[in-house]
Amino acid sequence: MRALLNALLSLLRRDLLLAVRRRQDALVVLGFFVVVVSLFPLGVGPDPQLLRSMAPGVLWVSALLATMLSLERLFADDFRDGSLEQLLLTPQPLPLLVLMKILAHWLVTGLPLVLISPLLGMQLNLDGTEIAVLMMALLLGTPILSLVGAIGAGLTLGLRGGGVLISLLILPLYVPALIMGAGAVDAVMYGSSPDAHLSLLAALLIFTLLLAPWAIAAALRIMLD
Amino acid sequence: MAQPRVQWFKFSSPPNFYDLSGRLIPWFGGLAAILFVAGLYVGFVVAPPDYQQGDSYRIMFIHVPAAWMSMFLYVLMAVYAAIGLIWRVKTAEVMAKAIAPTGALFAFLCLWSGALWGKPTWGTYWVWDARLTSQLILLFLYLGYMALHGAIEDRQRAANASAVLALAGVVNVPIIYFSVVWWNTLHQGASITVTSAPTMETVMFTALMLMTFACWTYAIAVVLWRARLELLERERRAKWVLERMGGKA
Repeated sequence: MRALLNALLSLLRRDLLLAVRRRQDALVVLGFFVVVVSLFPLGVGPDPQLLRSMAPGVLWVSALLATMLSLERLFADDFRDGSLEQLLLTPQPLPLLVLMKILAHWLVTGLPLVLISPLLGMQLNLDGTEIAVLMMALLLGTPILSLVGAIGAGLTLGLRGGGVLISLLILPLYVPALIMGAGAVDAVMYGSSPDAHLSLLAALLIFTLLLAPWAIAAALRIMLD
Repeated sequence: MAQPRVQWFKFSSPPNFYDLSGRLIPWFGGLAAILFVAGLYVGFVVAPPDYQQGDSYRIMFIHVPAAWMSMFLYVLMAVYAAIGLIWRVKTAEVMAKAIAPTGALFAFLCLWSGALWGKPTWGTYWVWDARLTSQLILLFLYLGYMALHGAIEDRQRAANASAVLALAGVVNVPIIYFSVVWWNTLHQGASITVTSAPTMETVMFTALMLMTFACWTYAIAVVLWRARLELLERERRAKWVLERMGGKA
């Protein structure tokens, strides 16, 4: 038990340390998110009412795309230098180790998206409660994006053109999270309660949290066979 | 221990599967042709026009079976994928791969025929309705499965990896199936349920059933055929293939 905890924490520390040493990787994802959201007013016109009604979808789709951008690197670097194989050989359960890597990934790429979203929400004319619901939805939703995305990252490990393939594999699986996440903000915008959407999103997070690590572990074992 | 009369596991061995499917394909293919002709005749000639939709409702005779098949085939594909992944049954892996293109075809047919029906009835080819959108996602799931299978060179690894993907995607099938119930959007609810009598005329129902069975038998024939070819390719160095191909390879 003690050894397992140690292994998990040191893996988390290692991944976070690597992320801190290579700050630009995380910043690129955040920058991408901000730039994509900022392009919409330029593309569809600066009408405040239109921007407001589009805001939940725009923010969510941009978050999806930003996450996709970071997924390719999730296992690729460890795969290239062989440390992923070492990870597979350790006596610790692989799904838990994978979960730690995803936690690190979410802390580095998902959490910053949540934290910067109020600013972008204000740019798109969302008001206080809407921004709060948006942050709540993203907080519940971005871990789902990391977890489900990691399945795709595992399955495309070491393939030529893996980055493009990930989007084809994973974007359809992102749809439930997208619908409920954007739906929560939409609901509060039209004066009803976002509770139903947020509860479903939380349920989806728990469901993914329970099953995705096993799928990812299986995917890694298959691709490193 | 008594031997069961039919030994089902026998057919999971590639040569037995090959022989059996070779005998079944003509039957299912022929049956599919007959059922298609009968279904189209009843659907287009015998069945009366709908009191509300006129003749455009007849698209349903291909639309509804295609929708059913596309969802059912995805689940079946996931089941075969799971069997292949867990018990390492080669024939199951081959079947999972063979089902995907047919499933994608039915998903596409469903969307295509739905769009053609939507124009005269709803006045638009496409709306972002829950049912339509989720069906589109199903098509993407099939395409993703096939793309992943195609991207990995090693056959065994390709089968295993795409099996994981098929299993991850199967979560979405109930969402598609119940989308009409959960989101009350433009697409109409089900007219046919297991628990109550169909709310349509008997002739229409007959035509729909004929077309459904036609799609079933067609799918069985085509999938078995594709699985057969795949099996030959996979096992091209095996002795049983050489025997059946008359010793030349």
